[in-house]
Amino acid sequence: MFMRKVLVLTALAFPAAAAEAPHLGQPITEADIAPWAIDIAPDGRGLPAGSGNAAKGEEIYVEKCAACHGFDGAGQPADALAGGQGSLGTAKAVKTIGSFWPYATIIFDYTRRAMPLNNPQTLTNDEVYALTAYILKLNGIIGAKDVMNAKSLPRVKMPNRDGFVQIWPGNLK
Amino acid sequence: MAKRKQPGTDLEPVAGNGLLHRRMFLRGGAVAGVLGAASLAQAEPLAVPEWVTKPGKRPQPYTQPSPFEQGVQRMLPDQNPLYEPGSASGRTPHQFLEGMVTPNGLHFEVTHNGVPEIDPARHLLVIHGLVKRPLKFTVDSLLRYPMTSRLHFIECAGNSASLYGSTAVKGSVQQLHGLLSGAEWTGVPLSVLLDEAGIDPKAKWVYAEGGDASSVTRSIPLAKCMDDVLVALYQNGERLRPNNGYPVRLLVPGFQGNMNIKWLRRLRLTEEPMQTRYETSRYSLLLADGKTAQFKFQLDAKSIITRPSPGYQMQGPGLYEISGLAWSGNGTVKQVEVSADGGKSWAVAALSGPVLPKMLTRFRAPWKWDGGPAVLQSRVTDDTGYVQPTRDALIAARGNKANYHYNGMTSWNVAGGGEVTHVYA
Repeated sequence: MFMRKVLVLTALAFPAAAAEAPHLGQPITEADIAPWAIDIAPDGRGLPAGSGNAAKGEEIYVEKCAACHGFDGAGQPADALAGGQGSLGTAKAVKTIGSFWPYATIIFDYTRRAMPLNNPQTLTNDEVYALTAYILKLNGIIGAKDVMNAKSLPRVKMPNRDGFVQIWPGNLK
Repeated sequence: MAKRKQPGTDLEPVAGNGLLHRRMFLRGGAVAGVLGAASLAQAEPLAVPEWVTKPGKRPQPYTQPSPFEQGVQRMLPDQNPLYEPGSASGRTPHQFLEGMVTPNGLHFEVTHNGVPEIDPARHLLVIHGLVKRPLKFTVDSLLRYPMTSRLHFIECAGNSASLYGSTAVKGSVQQLHGLLSGAEWTGVPLSVLLDEAGIDPKAKWVYAEGGDASSVTRSIPLAKCMDDVLVALYQNGERLRPNNGYPVRLLVPGFQGNMNIKWLRRLRLTEEPMQTRYETSRYSLLLADGKTAQFKFQLDAKSIITRPSPGYQMQGPGLYEISGLAWSGNGTVKQVEVSADGGKSWAVAALSGPVLPKMLTRFRAPWKWDGGPAVLQSRVTDDTGYVQPTRDALIAARGNKANYHYNGMTSWNVAGGGEVTHVYA
């Protein structure tokens, strides 16, 4: 009996597996997790209420973003946010949101959680929608008057949407 | 029983430009015989130093390296000297280190908006999404779980990226390859915590989020999480360093460094990957034709020679040990070969055990330098049969725009005067 137990245990990657776990996790509701759960799925799940357009976004951009990303998203010292479309297959590939990013929802998710770097998670949802609209307009992906919100943003098709090839669970040659 | 070789025969070259048989290291006699002759030339009476005649210092609560080792430091980025918000790194000085374990103070880091000073009493780990019971764990509660300890390397997917470039950067092994370290990690298998929350059969991915001011997020295959991922609390026996994720981080063996989420605070189980910024526009490989390889997680087998390496000055012709590190994110190092003639001929290096999966392996090869020009290279084969490619072969296969996952060979040129520099060969 003892031997059998030893054999079973050594066959597992983790000898001290689940049966012995102390179960110290405390229940929590999704509602209580909500202040942390700010992630946005590419289909738009998680997008909050609110809206904004490029004109409003430009005002916020000049105040809070241009110092790092340059005027009109030209970049320097931080990443360029616009330009480069059509360059990825050339020797001088320029990766920007417009030329490279596959989903428009990432702009909202990343801007809301991490920007501006000196004050992350302080922008209102309306401000993030407006900035997202401005960046998309800079790249010629939406028009100046288009309003971005939880319905319209997931419908925006990024130019490089079909440019990604999923490697997992295989490997790159 | 094999016939024991006569002393001295192991000093016969096994590959071009002075590479000797690795067996030399298994028997001390031959090395002592060669090196011993030189030391007899000294004929002065020995000095008695003052540290023998005066009491030493009292113990300290937490010791530091010798003041004579102050040059052994991590390399910090020079493009951001004022520490403006944003990404920063500290690179491990492999040219000064030996063995397979990186000391905690020298472990590499990449941060995307500074190192948070997290109060463990206020930190929580939340598991939710496609689970039966969303759960929160305090750090104290995680510390009560049965612990697992394993040794693993972590390598930034952007390590060695400059070698994709057209010019060989004249950097040290630290500058070129320093986003790599190895340590013993202790923590709770993630599978234990996921089982406690109850996995919905629809779940295929685990979205992990860091609790710092950049909120790095990555989607990790659930199968990997159930296999060998740790929720790590300890690093080389002590609690994690803040730079390496205190109080709790993910340890995702063999996968891109960025996926080993530091300051871990949230795991959401999902059906599909979340397509975060860090798994789309970053840590993906732009190929020659403009397509992008995404979710290329495994760090393929790679090796580097750490001594001699740039910055090291050869001290005249004679016997040297070539020492280096080899690793594979797909398994275990099977064999390492070294060349002293730019890849024309190869000698099998000795592996300094234990040789562990998804961990750095130290290799060594004896080399009798004749004082002339040499190009040193290493190549590893892992237990999947994968052989580390040359730089040319890697770039021929995927182009030079990939930026991440450079695992081709590195070449160190040893000039006639003994200077060691990085070259493409």
